[in-house]
Amino acid sequence: MENRPLEYDYTIAKMFMFTTILLGIVGMLIGVILAFQLAFPGVNLILGEGLAEYTNFSRLRPLHTDAVIFGFTLSGVFATWYYVGQRVLKVSMAESKLLMALGKAHFWLYLVVVVAVVVSLFAGVTTSKEYAEFEWPIDIAVVLVWVIFGMSIFGLIGIRREKSLYISIWYYIATFLGIAMLYLFNNMEIPTILGTSASGESGIGSWYHSVSMYAGTNDALVQWWYGHNAVAFGFTVPIVAMIYYFLPKESGQAIYSYKLSLLSFWGLMFVYLWAGGHHLLYSTVPDWMQTMGSIFSVILILPSWGSAINMLLTMKGEWQQVAASPLIKFMVLGSTFYMFSTLEGPIQAIKSVNAIAHFTDWIVGHVHDGVLGWVGFMIMASLYHMAPRVFKREIYSKSLMATQFWIQTLGVVLYFTSMWIAGITQGMMWRAHDEFGNLAYSFIDTVTVLHPYYAIRGVGGLLYLVGFLMFAYNIYKTMSARPVEEHELQNASPMGA
Amino acid sequence: MVNIAELQAYGYFTLTILLVLALYGYIYHLYSTKKDVDGVDYESYSDMALKDDIDDTPVSPKSDKEK
Repeated sequence: MENRPLEYDYTIAKMFMFTTILLGIVGMLIGVILAFQLAFPGVNLILGEGLAEYTNFSRLRPLHTDAVIFGFTLSGVFATWYYVGQRVLKVSMAESKLLMALGKAHFWLYLVVVVAVVVSLFAGVTTSKEYAEFEWPIDIAVVLVWVIFGMSIFGLIGIRREKSLYISIWYYIATFLGIAMLYLFNNMEIPTILGTSASGESGIGSWYHSVSMYAGTNDALVQWWYGHNAVAFGFTVPIVAMIYYFLPKESGQAIYSYKLSLLSFWGLMFVYLWAGGHHLLYSTVPDWMQTMGSIFSVILILPSWGSAINMLLTMKGEWQQVAASPLIKFMVLGSTFYMFSTLEGPIQAIKSVNAIAHFTDWIVGHVHDGVLGWVGFMIMASLYHMAPRVFKREIYSKSLMATQFWIQTLGVVLYFTSMWIAGITQGMMWRAHDEFGNLAYSFIDTVTVLHPYYAIRGVGGLLYLVGFLMFAYNIYKTMSARPVEEHELQNASPMGA
Repeated sequence: MVNIAELQAYGYFTLTILLVLALYGYIYHLYSTKKDVDGVDYESYSDMALKDDIDDTPVSPKSDKEK
């Protein structure tokens, strides 16, 4: 045993790569169905009247959001952690039986939670809190998964050879701490069987039901502090961790400015947590809190662009790589979409803009140019970079990858442009009135006008899903592609035709 | 008589100012010293990603005997 050269152990990374792809397909497929349901309501009955309960928009919507956030994205975060963590700390999972056992427990318990979530949401069991729909027994299991993830992170850090922590590790730690805090506070709830109603009834409802410990405006504030920071610590922080590792590594270029990466990190941590109030503009929360939400959202441009520009400048003098490698294309476009959506978000958070944008499809468009263009592209690029290294084989097809890139880019563009037009049209129509203050349009007038844009959005989503299936196929075929030598894996990933 | 809400507001304002000063202080510190306490240039930490094979030499090893 002692004589065998030490190698990184990617067992757990591979397991999470599998769930990233599987749950990505599930989440995106449901998303496409939902998009077509909005355009063509008949799709709600896709499996007939009898099963309408399970196929209608309201039942599927939380499945879509939770599958892409907690399924696809988190799996991607875990997969990359179990890959990047070892490498930048220069320590192998194989060196610690405990860490391997924790990693496996992490994966299998996560899978149990995924099954519980899918079954319960399909059955319509939900707390009705957006992005926090899971009932208390599942919440407890989620906390357990998260604690194991934390033990894995700090365990690996504890046995590291590299004294300093690479910037990506900072971001992974922030992801762990941020989500731990947010999840715990937003999901404070009391099982209904423990409660007593005002009229003295006790033991109300099923054992798994619960009510939030917050009510009214307080509930809204905690919910959107959570909701917005789920975007921060789920869709931003760990994805920045990925790009800080995978872009320099794949391109062979040192980060343009490591110092800028450090101060962007603290800037992001400082500012992000205060921005959630922008979801509650013109609501019952105190005015100063709304203003604070707006101001911090605008300031947020700085640290976000600090990271994004840092990544684009990392490619300085090496732009031919963008043309040559589809993998670099994914990452550079991802970084560009990050800049774009972190400019769009602050604009929407300005009170006067929000008066038009709030509750419209423009918000949906904003979320999706971020998650499709930035999160999705970065996770796929990361898995593409990892695949040759964990399977010791070249990526099956470069041309398939390039085709996928262009199909998905077209999909994202169709998605967000249609939602821009739809959203602004909607906002303008809702507030239009005649000289006496009577509303100019009824709700159904807006629906009629928006129909073509809803159809375009559905097509955009479908293109993205098709691209994702190409990605899944490419990774699947990579497992049996041409084996590669160690030296081929230094920087640019080997790809077959 | 100062009530709790007023106190919170002053506290919040002071904390914000302090954090802003801390952040700017940190930026000044990074760009003026250029090196961390171990004397390692911050920019050389990029090598943690570029030279990350298990037998590559760490940028700053945790301790000499573990190297």
